[in-house]
Amino acid sequence: MCVGVPMQVISIEGDQAMTEVDGVKREASLMLLDQEVKVGDFVIIHAGFAISKLDEEDAKATLEMMREIFTPELMG
Amino acid sequence: MNNDIIMLGHGSGGKLSHQLLDDLIIPQLSSIPVAGQNDAALLNVGGVKLAFTTDSYVVDPIFFPGGNIGDLAVNGTVNDLAMMGARPLCLSVGLILEEGFPKSDLARILASMRQAADNAGVAIVTGDTKVVPKGKGDRIFINTSGIGAVEHPWQINGAAGRVGDKVIVNGCIGDHGIAVLSAREGLEIDSGIESDCAALNGLVSELLPLGERLHVLRDPTRGGVATTLKEIAVQSGLTIVMQEENLPVNPGVKGVCAILGLDPLYVANEGKLLALVAPEAAAEALGIMRRHPLGKDAAIIGEVTEASAGRVLMETSVGGVRGVEMLAGEQLPRIC
Amino acid sequence: MNYLDSFRDKELVQGLARRIADLTSGRSKPLVFMEVCGTHTMAIYQFGLRSLLPPEVKLISGPGCPVCVTPNGYLDRAIAMSRLPDLIVTTFGDMLRVPGSSSSLMEERAMGADIRIVYSPLDAVQIAARNPGKRVVFLGVGFETTAPTIAGSILAAKAQGLANYFVLASHKTMPQPMAILSADPDLAVDGYICPAHVSAIIGADAYKPLCEEYKVPCVVTGFEPTDVMQGVEMLVRQAMAGESRVEIQYSRVVRWEGNAKAQAVLADVFTPFDAPWRGIGVLPGSGLRIADAYRAFDAELAIPVEVEELKEHTGCLCGEILKGKVAPFDCPLFAGKCTPESPVGACMVSSEGTCAAAYKYAR
Repeated sequence: MCVGVPMQVISIEGDQAMTEVDGVKREASLMLLDQEVKVGDFVIIHAGFAISKLDEEDAKATLEMMREIFTPELMG
Repeated sequence: MNNDIIMLGHGSGGKLSHQLLDDLIIPQLSSIPVAGQNDAALLNVGGVKLAFTTDSYVVDPIFFPGGNIGDLAVNGTVNDLAMMGARPLCLSVGLILEEGFPKSDLARILASMRQAADNAGVAIVTGDTKVVPKGKGDRIFINTSGIGAVEHPWQINGAAGRVGDKVIVNGCIGDHGIAVLSAREGLEIDSGIESDCAALNGLVSELLPLGERLHVLRDPTRGGVATTLKEIAVQSGLTIVMQEENLPVNPGVKGVCAILGLDPLYVANEGKLLALVAPEAAAEALGIMRRHPLGKDAAIIGEVTEASAGRVLMETSVGGVRGVEMLAGEQLPRIC
Repeated sequence: MNYLDSFRDKELVQGLARRIADLTSGRSKPLVFMEVCGTHTMAIYQFGLRSLLPPEVKLISGPGCPVCVTPNGYLDRAIAMSRLPDLIVTTFGDMLRVPGSSSSLMEERAMGADIRIVYSPLDAVQIAARNPGKRVVFLGVGFETTAPTIAGSILAAKAQGLANYFVLASHKTMPQPMAILSADPDLAVDGYICPAHVSAIIGADAYKPLCEEYKVPCVVTGFEPTDVMQGVEMLVRQAMAGESRVEIQYSRVVRWEGNAKAQAVLADVFTPFDAPWRGIGVLPGSGLRIADAYRAFDAELAIPVEVEELKEHTGCLCGEILKGKVAPFDCPLFAGKCTPESPVGACMVSSEGTCAAAYKYAR
């Protein structure tokens, strides 16, 4: 029961946000979010609610770590 | 599972639809063997080869981004004829209207039908109109039947695939189904996707010169590319391997599918064809398609690897392998 | 950044697969990792990840499908409600084909019941607002990713002053079933692939007691193919080093403490109770029912119905499948008597069912 899509916040009005992925827009409720969100942030949308923010810096770091796998000499 | 009643899944084009045809409808009505199911029937009338087909249109909503039930009704039937390599000659139109249906909507739909017929070069020569009481229909249902002339000598049908064939699609998949879904009340998704509804007979006539190197033409309507490929695989007794990264998909279709948990491979198309061509003709076929307005995004998406009982496999975008089955019933949005 | 594309990068997936093969090469006994989330079940099949892993690593599915672990009685009650006049049943698509004791929501819809698929429980609230003369029941099934959204819908209905919105709740929580599985001597699991979005809500700390008691590595893993591969790689390294820690692979979303607001909403609207899990039995505190303060929205209390006698289907091995003890292909009914068109158990037709996935992707 966990299908959640990363979508970008394009506008906020009170507790509601308009979010977008691949050009597709849908409204989402921010009622369950305990983090500050601003336009341009990415959030995980599940069943019409934002359940968490996506940390872009962490995402980049994670991808970097995955790429490091390619250089086994670094991993020892 | 209640086997005594018709379920919506029986109309979805997938496994349940096949079961209904095989278990109930064909045994009662048809003289054509089950394995001979193609998009149109081939007839020999005094030495003249004709293709004959029929289709009914019940799409909801009746107006959707990129089209309406009217042009769908014309293009869908034209396409069934085109998939046999037949030149569409004429159509009949049967309208079942619900009491209370606005005449202005009907006028709009009829205008679209006229436009679509003119574009396809086909004449609407006969028809019928019925009205049912309010509540006994759903605004408008349309049936179109079509006759086409088969002016080539080759066997183009679902059972004609051969080992080594390349599988080509003429463009992005899933547009029609997603356009219709986005327009449906309750899902509130703004996707910007338009239906790809179009007549394919012009494109097919450009492919016919490939001659006996063109083996199969099928349009992946209900049930999507996956279902149609599986049907071809079973009819031809082959294993088809697809490459996910070669599948052309519009970003908006990807986005809606991601949100709703749908798979574009199972979403309906109304302006797409799948062609199985001999490998030495693949580049030529691709070139022909890409030069045509309805084939700009054409791509080779797979090949036939061996004879078998009928399997479809897919090399996933990350290099794994998975099986591809026919759609079971309806494809439902999932949240889990 | 395009998250969907970046985390589906083919090179990264294959690189991670090679790394896993290098680490485990030559092992006599394969490492067995269990995922407990239906979305992981599906992702692994959809991307064909098993075909990329070496034979030394085996991925099995556990009780990750909330629909599958819900006993037939729930569905029978929902079906009974759908047969009442002036009542609209709203549900996620996942539930539609699941067989109850004698029928399914799909069949009831074919017989005339007003059953509507919605994408969000808030859509169900809207339907209630637009249909004041009817009662609207939302089928609340799901783990802790979904439960807060349903709680949110109850709060929204309350704020709008609606008296015709109800939830038939059957929520389950993690990680209680994982403890039961780990305690089972027959099941040898070398590590857990912990759910991505459930963990976004409950926090990775939630797995620490399990990890410490049973000395089993737990890695909170995302759903994209690179995430799954990296999560497996982290589990492999822990297992081979004899470690047992909780790690977060899906760190771009999951925090150790989870989402405090969502947790608060859950605690406000729901109360834990001892819930029955198909195949596992009753687990203390593993279910969520609607709290007394919100009992006006509880469909079970507000809409009494006669529910038919419970019939679990004989021969159905869903219970064993859900514990990871039997694989779909080993069930005698699989793809024979039990198919998606004619299912015997929930595992074959729930959108996240283990058998549904195997049938669709792995035959």
